[in-house]
Amino acid sequence: MAVATTLVAALAACGGSDGDGSGGGAELRGTVKIDGSSTVAPLSTVASELFKEEQARVQIPVGTSGTGGGFEKFCAGETDVQDASRPIKDEEKQACASKGIKYEEFAVANDALTVVVHKDNTWAQCLTVEQLKKIWEPGSKVNNWNQVDPKFPKEPLKLFGAGTDSGTFDYFTDEINGEEGKSRTDYQPSEDDNVTVQGVAGSKGGLGYFGFSYFEENASKLKAVQVDGGGGCVAPSVQAAQDGTYKPLSRPLFIYPSAAALKRPEVLQFVEFYVEKHAEIAKRAKFVPLNPTQDAKLKQALATLKSQAGK
Amino acid sequence: MTVTVRKTPITAALQGRRRPLEPAFRVVLLASLAIAVVFLGILLAYVVSEGWGRLDSRLWTNFPSKLYPERAGAQSAIVGTVYIIGLTGAFCVPIGVMTAIYLEEYASREHWWNRLIELNIQNLAAVPSIVYGILGLGVLARGLDLGRTLITAALTLSLLVLPVVIIAAREAIRAVPGSIRQGSLALGATQWQTIWRQVLPAAVPGIATGTILALSRAIGEAAPLLLLGAVTHITFNPESVTDAYTVLPIQIFNWIKQPEAEFHTLASAAIVILLAILLLMNSVAIWLRNRYEKRG
Repeated sequence: MAVATTLVAALAACGGSDGDGSGGGAELRGTVKIDGSSTVAPLSTVASELFKEEQARVQIPVGTSGTGGGFEKFCAGETDVQDASRPIKDEEKQACASKGIKYEEFAVANDALTVVVHKDNTWAQCLTVEQLKKIWEPGSKVNNWNQVDPKFPKEPLKLFGAGTDSGTFDYFTDEINGEEGKSRTDYQPSEDDNVTVQGVAGSKGGLGYFGFSYFEENASKLKAVQVDGGGGCVAPSVQAAQDGTYKPLSRPLFIYPSAAALKRPEVLQFVEFYVEKHAEIAKRAKFVPLNPTQDAKLKQALATLKSQAGK
Repeated sequence: MTVTVRKTPITAALQGRRRPLEPAFRVVLLASLAIAVVFLGILLAYVVSEGWGRLDSRLWTNFPSKLYPERAGAQSAIVGTVYIIGLTGAFCVPIGVMTAIYLEEYASREHWWNRLIELNIQNLAAVPSIVYGILGLGVLARGLDLGRTLITAALTLSLLVLPVVIIAAREAIRAVPGSIRQGSLALGATQWQTIWRQVLPAAVPGIATGTILALSRAIGEAAPLLLLGAVTHITFNPESVTDAYTVLPIQIFNWIKQPEAEFHTLASAAIVILLAILLLMNSVAIWLRNRYEKRG
């Protein structure tokens, strides 16, 4: 907490001197419209709040229509920046192209989908992708832990997971079951990950999955399972998500700024700010910051987009 | 608001020869009432105790913040909700009441098209709200190019609650005794004067109750507004009807989904605010009703 306070103070000081110095006192106005994935929204919200500390007059509403719903608006030219928890799909690319919307893909942070079990679960230290698939694949009849692994005790398995509309569900099913959207259906789904937290925390044989930030916030109530994607058991952590060893459940999170919107100074400055401060934004939104390779790629993407926008 | 049992000849006669079923029936009725009241009580007690820590001025003087939960507030959502309800009322009450007057006082049930209109209105009242959201998005936001703005939201919610307002207003107008109309007409008033000076004032209590019920539905809606682009994080109040906005149900929904426990407390506090606004609206309706009932 003390660290956070110091950080805030330092930032505020930074922001002040920045505004007076390099900004030349030019106060920006206008609106930067952001919409898209609710997973990415915390990142963009934090970015907008930090940006507002420097440019108080710029208004940055952040919507959460979901990645798909957001792309629909973005490709209709209704929003300036799109939040996405997966890369743009082909039909969305076509929709954007038909409206002449140009954009660039910016990976701005990483997330580690975390598989969690009850605190008193002493047996499931590590699960392989095959075991997870056995549990979650469509038509799976696994309903007891000893069916997952004969060495596990006899304990009814209670499953909690993401709602089918979420990018989390898409990603998990794609990586674990091999096909996006395919999953057994006799589990308790919820769009609100807190429901999954409570469900798993309340049943000894519980198992669920969600974004890393929900685990961090509830680490005292739950236990994260190590995942073996073929290269040995790896626990979800900032380090493992960053260096790519937490496979296959770590994923990048994206924003897609529109080239046309970048012509407006408030959007340009906001996107530049987002790129420059991405590590701090990710940390404060409780996500995993980019690794150096990703960082270089992000800078590259910004340069490409700026040249497209004629900036 | 106490209900007194009037001593009509029937109740008096019944008291003379009570049957064993009578007290049992009364218990069933009381139990039904208790279910509604007890659940409302539990809900109120729960949200107030959950949100107590944050039920202070920060809630309505500050804007939402992801970085500083202790500073976060719901001002933009409160202002957005008040705007939307005000605009929705301004659109749907005049249109709804005028439609009801036409259907009750002018339209003849012998024409098939009037019966069709009636049937349609009754069906529309049962259409799920998300369908209105799709309609608003397609016709208002995109077709008329109103965009994802306050005015689109208010017009969509007006459409959503219009059937309820019409049905309630019709019931209220129908309940005005025909003798009042006949008396007014006999004294030489025109039909318009009769409606405006006699029928409508007598129907106001019923219309007010129906309108408040309808607006109470509108105030709690989140689904169509999510589709219409109400944003979840907004740190400014709408200044005109073409601005972006958010409303309390969406702000509450967003806070509940956050991983941090502080936001869950905030969500409960915001629910209390939403209930307070509802209560305020209900009091206005009751005040209106009493005022007009005394006159009548």
